[in-house]
Amino acid sequence: MLRIEKLSVHYGGIHALQGISLEVPEGKIVTLIGANGAGKSTTLKSIIGLVKPSSGSVTWNGKSLVGTQTKDIVESGIVLVPEGRRVFANLSVDENLSLGAYARSDKAETEADRRRVFKLFPRLEDRKKQKAGTLSGGEQQMLAVGRAIMTKPKLLMMDEPSLGLAPIVVKMIFDIIKEINAGGTTILLVEQNAKAALEAAHYGYVLETGRITLSGEGRQLLADDRVRKAYLGEAE
Amino acid sequence: MRHKDIMDLSTFLQQLTNAASLGSLYSLIAIGYTMVYGILRLINFAHGDVFMLGAYVAFYGVASFALPWWIAFIVAIGLTGLFGILLERIAYRPLRDSPRISLMISAIGASFLIENLGVVIFGGRPKSFPSIPLFDTVLNFGSVSVLSVSLFIPAFTLIILFALLFIVNRTKTGMAMRAVSTDVEAARLMAIDVNKVISFTFGIGSLLAALGGIMWSMKYPQLNPLMGIMPGLKCFIAAVIGGIGNIAGAVLGGFLLGFIEIMVAAFLPALTGYRDAFSFVLLILVLIVKPSGLLGKKQTVKV
Repeated sequence: MLRIEKLSVHYGGIHALQGISLEVPEGKIVTLIGANGAGKSTTLKSIIGLVKPSSGSVTWNGKSLVGTQTKDIVESGIVLVPEGRRVFANLSVDENLSLGAYARSDKAETEADRRRVFKLFPRLEDRKKQKAGTLSGGEQQMLAVGRAIMTKPKLLMMDEPSLGLAPIVVKMIFDIIKEINAGGTTILLVEQNAKAALEAAHYGYVLETGRITLSGEGRQLLADDRVRKAYLGEAE
Repeated sequence: MRHKDIMDLSTFLQQLTNAASLGSLYSLIAIGYTMVYGILRLINFAHGDVFMLGAYVAFYGVASFALPWWIAFIVAIGLTGLFGILLERIAYRPLRDSPRISLMISAIGASFLIENLGVVIFGGRPKSFPSIPLFDTVLNFGSVSVLSVSLFIPAFTLIILFALLFIVNRTKTGMAMRAVSTDVEAARLMAIDVNKVISFTFGIGSLLAALGGIMWSMKYPQLNPLMGIMPGLKCFIAAVIGGIGNIAGAVLGGFLLGFIEIMVAAFLPALTGYRDAFSFVLLILVLIVKPSGLLGKKQTVKV
């Protein structure tokens, strides 16, 4: 279980997160929706230690993560699929997956996870010798997810996995997210595609300019007028 | 007339060995520039001074501590590698998140500091490296006579180069190095200890510079604390010509520079005084025609 309490982050003079609190219970899919610049990515980055919070706490199964190095956070079972995929373009698909398992020493299990990734994304296996930079956007997103699975996460965080992808690929990615979750991995999903995210999630939070303004079960938020107006593009 | 042709051929062959050894030395140093740039996007201006340190440590090992040359060389290479790691810790790591210009100024400062400490500690007067018979023998092949060190240098360089390519392309650490040089933040997300990878890179680059410095003193046995400046500059040029960030490019650039320099001096003796200028002219030409360097890739961003 991940718990964030009164988390504040400043970037230079900008108060990017203004004391947000949220919870990600074990085994659930939780989504954080909001407009561009609301602070969604910042939230994920401060969980994984890429951004230093100015105050507040992040606890993971009772242990504080604030001030912990990213490397140790990843080893404790949290991983982030960053916005824009960020695959290692000049490394092969196979090497990208191996990098996911960089800190692991359980060889047999690592290979089992690699086979699992190839089963989830058969296209990656066909292209495993290819450089990641030569893959299509959708395939790169699959690789980014596969690479994250290779870290053996208990909590998988995704930043805008649907960004820039064709609708059919988006659907596939969301199906995979549900499948990974069904396998016991907790998911924290950040999305601008509020509809798809809320449909997939057990629980959702709405973030507006650094503050959480709404929260509730996914379906409940989908039906909420304010959400429908602001994020689902529906007229009154 | 015929006689002159034969003379020219043997001169050419002789100069070719010189070019190969100078090119090798340039390559060894250029690799350090290119590796550090690949990982930190930093031109390590102190790299030429690390080269100088390697030569001096080996000199003191042989001349003052009377160590057998090979022990002195190994110790010098090891210590210089450690020095490179220390340099990064002290001069670059604290500035990792600062604007790149601060890092560059710190590199220039580190370079001046090492040079001037060199003058204070080693003395400004040049020292001559004691002769080591294995490297100092003149070998005769027909009318071509070659100093043995001129054959050892390219041979060592090739071995080192293959070892390095093996490390970078085939080992887990090498994979982490390539990952860090592509995207530091994403590498962190893979639980890679980025600091360790950077230290490793500085260590390897400095090892190679030390080896270059020692070999250099075998060939040109005059040591002085400022001896790293010109080779450092040349090898930076070599790295840029080859495509900075690319190891094979650094080697290509190093050999190209060594070859041009030696051949200009040998066959256009009137222009010998301008031999350094040729390196810079080559740099300008390459930058005009192919700004990313001969083997460098164009930076493309896929959205």
